Amino acid sequence: MMTTPVKPEIQVVYQRPDSFTDLTTHYCPGCTHGIAHRLVAEVIDEMGLREKSIGVAPVGCSVFAYKYFNMDFVEAAHGRAPAMATGIKRVLPKNTVFTYQGDGDLASIGMAEIIHAAARGENITVIFINNAIYGMTGGQMAPTTLPGMKTTSSPFGRDVELSGYPVRMCEILATMEGAGYIVRRSLHDAKHIRQAKKAIRLAFETQERGLGFAMVELLSSCPTNWEINPHEALDFIAERMVPVFPLGDYKVNEELKH
Amino acid sequence: MAKELLKGNEAFAEAAIRAGCEGFFGYPITPSTEFLEHMARRMPQLGRAFVQAESEVAAINMVYGAACAGKRVMTSSSSPGISLMMEGISYIAGTEVPAVIVNVMRGGPGLGNIAPSQGDYYQMVKGGGHGDYFPIVLAPASVQEAIDFISLAFDLAEKYLNIVYVIADGNMGQMMEPAELPPMRELPKEPPAWAVTGAKGRKPNILSSIYINPPDEEVTNIRLVKRWLEIEKNEIRFSEYLMEDAEFAVIGFGTAGRVATTAIRAARQEGIKVGLFRPITLAPFPKEQVAEISRRVKRILVVEMNSGMMLEDVAAAVQGRVPVEFFGRMGGVTPFPDEILDEIRRVAANKRPVNWNARAEWIARLEQIVAEGK
Amino acid sequence: MNETSIIISGFGGQGALFAGQVLAYAALDNDLNVTWIPSYGPEMRGGTAHCTVIISEDAIGSPLVRNPDVAVVLNLPSLDKYEKLTRSGGVLVANSSLINRDLSRNDLRHAYLPANEIAEEIGLARLANMVMLGGMLGLDPILTLEMVKKALDEHMPERHRKTIPMNYEAIERGYSLCAKESASIKS
Repeated sequence: MMTTPVKPEIQVVYQRPDSFTDLTTHYCPGCTHGIAHRLVAEVIDEMGLREKSIGVAPVGCSVFAYKYFNMDFVEAAHGRAPAMATGIKRVLPKNTVFTYQGDGDLASIGMAEIIHAAARGENITVIFINNAIYGMTGGQMAPTTLPGMKTTSSPFGRDVELSGYPVRMCEILATMEGAGYIVRRSLHDAKHIRQAKKAIRLAFETQERGLGFAMVELLSSCPTNWEINPHEALDFIAERMVPVFPLGDYKVNEELKH
Repeated sequence: MAKELLKGNEAFAEAAIRAGCEGFFGYPITPSTEFLEHMARRMPQLGRAFVQAESEVAAINMVYGAACAGKRVMTSSSSPGISLMMEGISYIAGTEVPAVIVNVMRGGPGLGNIAPSQGDYYQMVKGGGHGDYFPIVLAPASVQEAIDFISLAFDLAEKYLNIVYVIADGNMGQMMEPAELPPMRELPKEPPAWAVTGAKGRKPNILSSIYINPPDEEVTNIRLVKRWLEIEKNEIRFSEYLMEDAEFAVIGFGTAGRVATTAIRAARQEGIKVGLFRPITLAPFPKEQVAEISRRVKRILVVEMNSGMMLEDVAAAVQGRVPVEFFGRMGGVTPFPDEILDEIRRVAANKRPVNWNARAEWIARLEQIVAEGK
Repeated sequence: MNETSIIISGFGGQGALFAGQVLAYAALDNDLNVTWIPSYGPEMRGGTAHCTVIISEDAIGSPLVRNPDVAVVLNLPSLDKYEKLTRSGGVLVANSSLINRDLSRNDLRHAYLPANEIAEEIGLARLANMVMLGGMLGLDPILTLEMVKKALDEHMPERHRKTIPMNYEAIERGYSLCAKESASIKS
């Protein structure tokens, strides 16, 4: 007798998150923005937050972030994303509000806005991309540029006598009473990417549980402006950036630990 | 509701609350601070948003965010604070979301002082921030008008998705006079369709002022200009006093216009047929009305608390038909009615032609007045 | 048109601004037009504080005047400033407790009141402003004594309500001293 052959069950193991649009990003080959975007989209999907999320895009390479996330988005002035997010969250407290900012945006021109958003304990989530350089404007010195690192505005290498030292945001923001979750992760290999995703999830949980300001700093690559290839760029993160920006948990609200 | 004795800044703030303001974001600055203080007391009582921001830069960007969320939101500040807000104001204009901004103007430039001034006319009326955009500017001359215009400002901002400034000066912010507050408006149940509120059951709403391709930006610019032409057509407002038979017109806005009223009454008693034209919308400016006046009066005197800024808009509307003279006090000095009366007498007797520089003539007279210690 | 301009001036803390507000409330309660405008800012902190009150049967134009009809001066710097500015034929009430010179012009109806001493006799030193306000009403009955007393009763902040009887006494004492004087001066 004939039996119907059993079809092997096909499982989808990898697909675009619902929180992504179908567009192809404009990011350079080897840039880790794409990874960071995807992690955020996956977490929003997994937590079921897409329909209540409002993202705030920065000025910088990720200025078009709103095109890639399939959710309500606004576009802030340079550095002001935390202020804009504050305005949104205060009038729509039930929504999930997050900013996505680079190092020039967050740690230079937007220093006041980020510090005070943390000080007020604004219940928002901040994704902070630290690649130690200004990408969009073509590779100028950032507040996080490493000592000795060459950029178009520190052509002989960052001279700390002239331009000071890199700013460490996690260390600064961890001192804020209003901060609930402040951690630094890296995107230079698969293991660290998985750790980064867990952190992003906790940063959104911090907001959903009303535990205050949350920020995940992600050490990221910029092969184009670092003028090295993508592999070398990932090595540069691990070997050069991590010693200056140590990975770890800088502040974690007790309630998030269980 | 009966009239109460209301202090300017507090009354303006309460008027905003009653007009349905759901978010206030500001930074303390004299002579506007009582506005923020009133909001600090009242907004939390009503379960509405209030944040004392870390700077005016942050405050306006909070307004920007909350405006994108579709709520009636606003800020209040004074000249130097408004300068700091110009970045956010331009972004709000470019994103085409509504916002109301109250500027209680003070003497400048720079740190200047905290005394009443109208020196921000150019900044308010001509835009102030970068790029092509047109704010609506309302200039009340009494506590009651300020109350009424704040409600109006929210309506206009929403109707045209435009920035609306209500500009007062320290006099009006600090003054008490009888006025009546409107009843509390009900808050809207549904947000506007364009607002970011979470993309539930609809496509995402994206609110941005970025148009990276110039042709796309130009389409936006065209939309903004057409909207402005519509505003010019519909929203011109002004007030006239004793203009029916006037041979001379005084044109002044806000406090300067109000002070001129007293001088005009005195001049009328002396037999000088003078009236007051007081623009209420400084933008859109009542050009046609001023042109019409210039066809029926002998001479025009513009009175301001600045160096002759509206003067240029008046002169543009008059197009040389009659002489346009100017009198202004600056630096936080409010003119007294007797100074304006002297000017009305002088202008009424002046037979000289139009082709000279009104500002240059005035500054010489002002130096004399200042030298006399007035 | 019936319009009166009043400037009340003193050191910060002497209650010049509040005295003006009481007058403004009384005008409002009697359906008159009124504006009250203070000097504001740093000069209020320890320096001189003054307010301009305009009461009118018609809509008020300028809330400020160069030459007030009435000046109430609570200290010497205020006299120095407003004696010169008060319009000819106007009214000036001076606080003799803190002013030790005579007027240098003779075209003003005026009175000197030892307002601080009277207030201390009543038992509340800070009521000198109300003594002076009463004196002004005695010299120039812009509003009646009853109107002003009623305004005090209706608009006194809750925490000061128990002082109302003393406020009344202060106003009445100032009023009766000046009403008498006014009758005898007859300008």
